Formats: sequence, C-alpha cells, structure tokens
Amino acid sequence: MNHDDLNNIALKEQQANMKYEHTINVCVAASCLSSHADQVKTALEQEVKARGKEECCRVKGVGCMGLCAAGPLVSADKSHKMFQSVTASDAGPIVDNVLAERPVQSAIVLDPKLPFFTGQKKIVLENCGEIDPERIEDYIAAGGYDPLFQALTTMSPIQVIEQISKSGLRGRGGAGFPTGLKWSTVAKAKAQKLKYVICNADEGDPGAFMDRSVLESNPHRVLEGMAIAAYAVGASKGYIYCRAEYPLAVKRLKLAIRQAENAGVLGNEIGDTRFSFRIEVRLGAGAFVCGEETALISSIEGNRGTPRSRPPFPAQRGLWGEPTLINNVETFANISPIIRNGGQWFASIGTEKSKGTKVFALAGRVSNTGLIEVPMGLSLREIVFKLGGGIPDGKRFKAVQTGGPSGGCVPEQYLDMAVDYESLASVGSIMGSGGMIVMDDTSCMVDVAKYFMDFCMSESCGKCVPCRVGTVHMLDVLKKITDGTANSEDLALLERIAEVTKFTSLCGLGQTASNPVFSTLRYFRDEYLHHIENHDCKPGVCELAKKTVEVGA
Amino acid sequence: MQGFPAKAIPPSDDRRWKIVDGTMRRHGHEPYALIEVLHTVQETFGFLTDEALQYVAVSLRVPYSKVYGVATFYHFFSMKPPGKHTCVVCTGTACYIKGAGSLLKAVEETVGIQPGETTPDKQVSLVTARCLGACGLAPAVVFDGEVAGKVTAAKMKERVAGFAVPEVEPAGVGA
Repeated sequence: MNHDDLNNIALKEQQANMKYEHTINVCVAASCLSSHADQVKTALEQEVKARGKEECCRVKGVGCMGLCAAGPLVSADKSHKMFQSVTASDAGPIVDNVLAERPVQSAIVLDPKLPFFTGQKKIVLENCGEIDPERIEDYIAAGGYDPLFQALTTMSPIQVIEQISKSGLRGRGGAGFPTGLKWSTVAKAKAQKLKYVICNADEGDPGAFMDRSVLESNPHRVLEGMAIAAYAVGASKGYIYCRAEYPLAVKRLKLAIRQAENAGVLGNEIGDTRFSFRIEVRLGAGAFVCGEETALISSIEGNRGTPRSRPPFPAQRGLWGEPTLINNVETFANISPIIRNGGQWFASIGTEKSKGTKVFALAGRVSNTGLIEVPMGLSLREIVFKLGGGIPDGKRFKAVQTGGPSGGCVPEQYLDMAVDYESLASVGSIMGSGGMIVMDDTSCMVDVAKYFMDFCMSESCGKCVPCRVGTVHMLDVLKKITDGTANSEDLALLERIAEVTKFTSLCGLGQTASNPVFSTLRYFRDEYLHHIENHDCKPGVCELAKKTVEVGA
Repeated sequence: MQGFPAKAIPPSDDRRWKIVDGTMRRHGHEPYALIEVLHTVQETFGFLTDEALQYVAVSLRVPYSKVYGVATFYHFFSMKPPGKHTCVVCTGTACYIKGAGSLLKAVEETVGIQPGETTPDKQVSLVTARCLGACGLAPAVVFDGEVAGKVTAAKMKERVAGFAVPEVEPAGVGA
C-alpha cells in the first residue's frame, strides 16, 4: 500500500457515504452500551428497514459523543439533531423525525447548541462520535493515516520531531514533560537491537475515563500516533499497555491493529518505504503503580509491577534494556493533527506554556457528567458551570478534585483560575491525566483525603519503605480524625509523615500520595479542626464517636 | 532455542488447559508472557488455582515463587473461587462521591459480606473495582457482568437478596 492506495480507499469510502441522505449515529462506547445502546441500534435498524429506507438512511455505531450522563445518545448527521436517554421504543419516532421531520417527545431531544457542546474545541476527539471505531475505512475517509504517509514520504524523522517540538505538546499523562524533547532523547539514544514505543493506556486514576473513550471511539488515531512516533525515534516495535478492566477498549484495539496490518498501514515496509512497525496489546492486571513508566515496563516484561529508580530513564534504558519511548494515549492521539496542520497551528491554541487542548472527564456532583475537550487556559468556572451545567439539586459548589490520588482539591476562590499545568500546580494540585471530580457541600474533605489515602495505601507496591509505611500511618491518623478519636497533636503528626513520604519515596505514587492531604489541609483545615475539636462532621459523612462529654453532634 | 525440554503435563485432562496451552504457544513459552498466561487461566477457570500456577511455572520455566509473586501482586487476579453471582461495586472517585459506600453497606446488611468475600453458601461474591470508567453512571455496579448505573441502596439490596435466594443469611447488621 502506498499513499495513492490510501487516497483511493478514502475516496471510495467518501463516495459510499454520499449515497446516504441520512446517517443516524448511535454511541456504542462503554457508557452508552451499558445503558443498552446496542438494543437502540438494532431497533433503529429495524425501523429504517420497516420504512424501506435502507437505501437513503443508515444506522452507524460511533464512538463517544461526550455527554455520558444522558446516554444512550443518538445523533443525525445532516440535520444536526441529537437525542438523549434513548430507549428501543423511541427508535420509530426518531427515524420518522429524521426522515420526515415528524415531532418526537421533547424529553429525548437534546439541544446540540448547549454550551456543553459549543464550548468545546475538539482535536483529540475530533472524529469521536462521527466515525465507526470498528472500521478502518471510516477513519481513512476522515483523513486518517494520511499524516503518517505524509511523514513517511515527505519528512525526515528529525523534521517530524521538529514539528512536535514546535507544537509545544506536553505529555498528557500528568507530568507534562515536553513531548518533542522526549522524542529527541529516544531518537539520539543508541539501541543494541531495536527501540520500542509504548503507549501507556493504564488509566488508573479513579474518576478518569478519557483514555478509555479515545481507545473505544477512535483506536486508529492512537495507532497512527504511535507509528509516527516510531518513525521519528527509529523504533520498530510497539506495545499498548491497556487496563484489563476495559474489555471493550482492548477488543477494539486488537481489531484495529488487525485491520491496520491487513491494510498495510502497520507491518513491514509501510507505504513502500523501509519503515516497519508492529504493535501488540499487553493487558494490565489492576495495579495503579503500573502507570509509572518503569513499573509499566517491568509489567510488560512479565514481572511484578514495581518501579525502579531513574536515571537511567526509559529513553535510554527501557524495555529489555533498550531505548523506549513511553507516551500516554492522549499524547499519541494529538500527533496526527499536529503533522497534518503543522506544529505552529497547535501552538496557536492554549496558553503560553500549555499548548493545545485537554480532554477532561467531568464527573461527580455536576449536571453534565461526561467527556469534554477544551483549549488549555479555560477557567474552572467555565468548565464546571458553563459546560458542566453547574451543581444539581441546588447544592453549593465546594471544590474540584483534579489529578486523581496524586492531585489535590481546588476550592471556590480559584474558580476563575485558568486551567493549565502551571496554575494547577501553583494551587497545590496537578493536571494529572484529566479526571475532574466536582464536589458540593455534601462532601466531607477529611473523608475525601481518607478515601485517596486508602487508595494509595492499597496501591503502594511495597518496594520502598516511605510509601509502604507512610501511607498506612497517614491513613491511620485520618481514620482517627474521622471517627473522633484524634487529638490536636495528630494533625501535626499527619503533616510530618506527609512531608517525609513526599520527599523520600522512590516513585511518583509515594511522592504524590500526600497531595490530597496537603491540599485539603491547606484549604479546609477548619474541617479537620472541627472534626477533632467538636467531634462533628458538618456534611454528616463521618460517623464520629461522641466521646467527650460536653459536645454532641 | 526452539526446543522445549521436559514438557509440562496439564494438571488434569480438563479441555480448558488447551486454551491455556494456546496462549503459551502463541508467546513461544517465553517467561515474559507470564501475565498474559495468567489472564487466560483466570478467564477460562474463573480464578487461579495453585495447580494452575505450578503448571504455568513449569511450562514457562519461571520459578514458582515468581509466579506466585506476580499472581498476588496484581489485584485483577483472584486466587479464591468466585460465588455463583458476583457484584462488582465501583469505588472510583465519582462513585464514591455519589455514594458507593452506602452500596457496600447495603450488601453487608443484606448478606453479611464485606468486599473480597463470598457468602458461605457460595451464592454471592462482593468485589470492588478501582474505577470502571463509567463515571457518567455513578454509582455503578456490575451484576454478573452487566453494568447497572445510578444504583441506589434500595436497588442494591433488592438485587443482592435476589442473588442470595437458596439460603438467605440472617441479616447481620454490622456492629
């Protein structure tokens, strides 16, 4: 297959698409599927058939449309109509509505002009909700794999890395390391046999589902990004390390790899060049620490997923001792648009130090739970109240938790802060992989800290002492505070252990395990004190022992 | 190194071992395939038995201690047989904020088991998941492989009580 063959596939598919006057898209990503989107799809197909309109109207399974809380979602291509909470019995009216403008009951109509949709800027998710994730032709028709061939035939590896550097893209896994710099380090490293590219799809942060959605909705985008990366750094073998808890993502990835190999966009001598690249999927097995790159490598090698000290960094000595490039799913998904439109274009989006867009998983106490992609630098207020639709049930906003167990809580006074790597760090949180959990006044911040500490404690791999022991002791203290047996000295003890754990742990897990404690102490210290002094939890989450005589709840 | 000395013999003539053998063969019986093979064992048998671990150890030429170490390191692998029905309660942040804790309590009140336990009559197992990634449906529970969203404590009790049909445990309210 060469560039012309690719263009032919795209052309053929586009012509086939033109045949249909209407396309009804049904979201078949995991969230909608669990509210029976598959039944909706079958029902829609039957209704179209019953009306004898198969020639001009088709029903297509597509990836995530974003507004997961209102699933299953259905959209109609040309008329830009959207429908929410669709059941199989709605299929008939929807088909009538799309084909003949007949009205449907208003409860299922979803306004595509909601700020939730119009406030977004889609780069990573641009094809999600439009293309069929299980057909490579659909991706190619949408311009897919063209950037790969463009890179292979018209750019040198150094030119590719230049574009990535120019784009200002930073690692979307959380730490925000400049991607171009990482690539050029791997490119310069000398391999004994071969170099590797690894896609980190071990999305471990609870409350984050960006990577899952990208893998389920547009797996080819990730494969293409990996192939471009492999060409740039001189790698010939790739692994995708994906959570076993995401069976649908794994299934679609494996299917996509097979299709890509059959089509000749992966495999030997891609695009009639000398570049060969193969990808395999490796399953994680439920260890949060395997999101850390050295632990991930250890797990791919079939060992316990424990991290090792760096340097040497994986860029020099990674998988089986060879130079290895590790990037996150979302980072890879950004690559092909950058090659297509140039680094300059990407750099024009976002803030001075954080370029491009970021996908966030908006969840918790917010009306519009779902997946959003916004330019870097948008304010938290806009994200939570405009796109997210605010807090339901008339409750009051309390904080946004970003960055998962390694992150922190951003309180109300920073709602107007621009969301980028630096400003989140300046208020004691992190960008992380993109989970954004909104909390209202029914959440107890001490309990939130306890929740994350419990998580870190059970996920600590046990290799280094500060993390293994520190998390247990911090959890102990937090338990004492939430059950009403703590005294004022315990707070100082908690802070001391948190400091030591932060500065002496081996890997990111231990170094950041104290973050939820630090950030809740920083902004909600009064809640801690209220627990300790008054044996009371205002939101009523903790069950405190009424030990002291005079104060009751 | 294409030869494979001292061929390991499956622990029984259960045909499911052929599936496990298939995975090992696909990876050329290389030691690094350990985790992939354990996934296959768990998929086909439901959990990891001691004899399975020993068989995998010999087949891949990996010390048994290491196989045991890997199997116990990862949460996804279970060495206990699951009950007839399983409830996987998601305890990710979104589900936690929306009350996953009350769902766990509901199960404890109904059949008296805690996360990771199975009722003595082997009817119901309760497991927690770190995050199912179905945060839009929080709190989410997987009942026997089927995801249910926006689960309430009352609904949880109803489902679990339905699972526990043959011999309902006296509802031991956790003291």
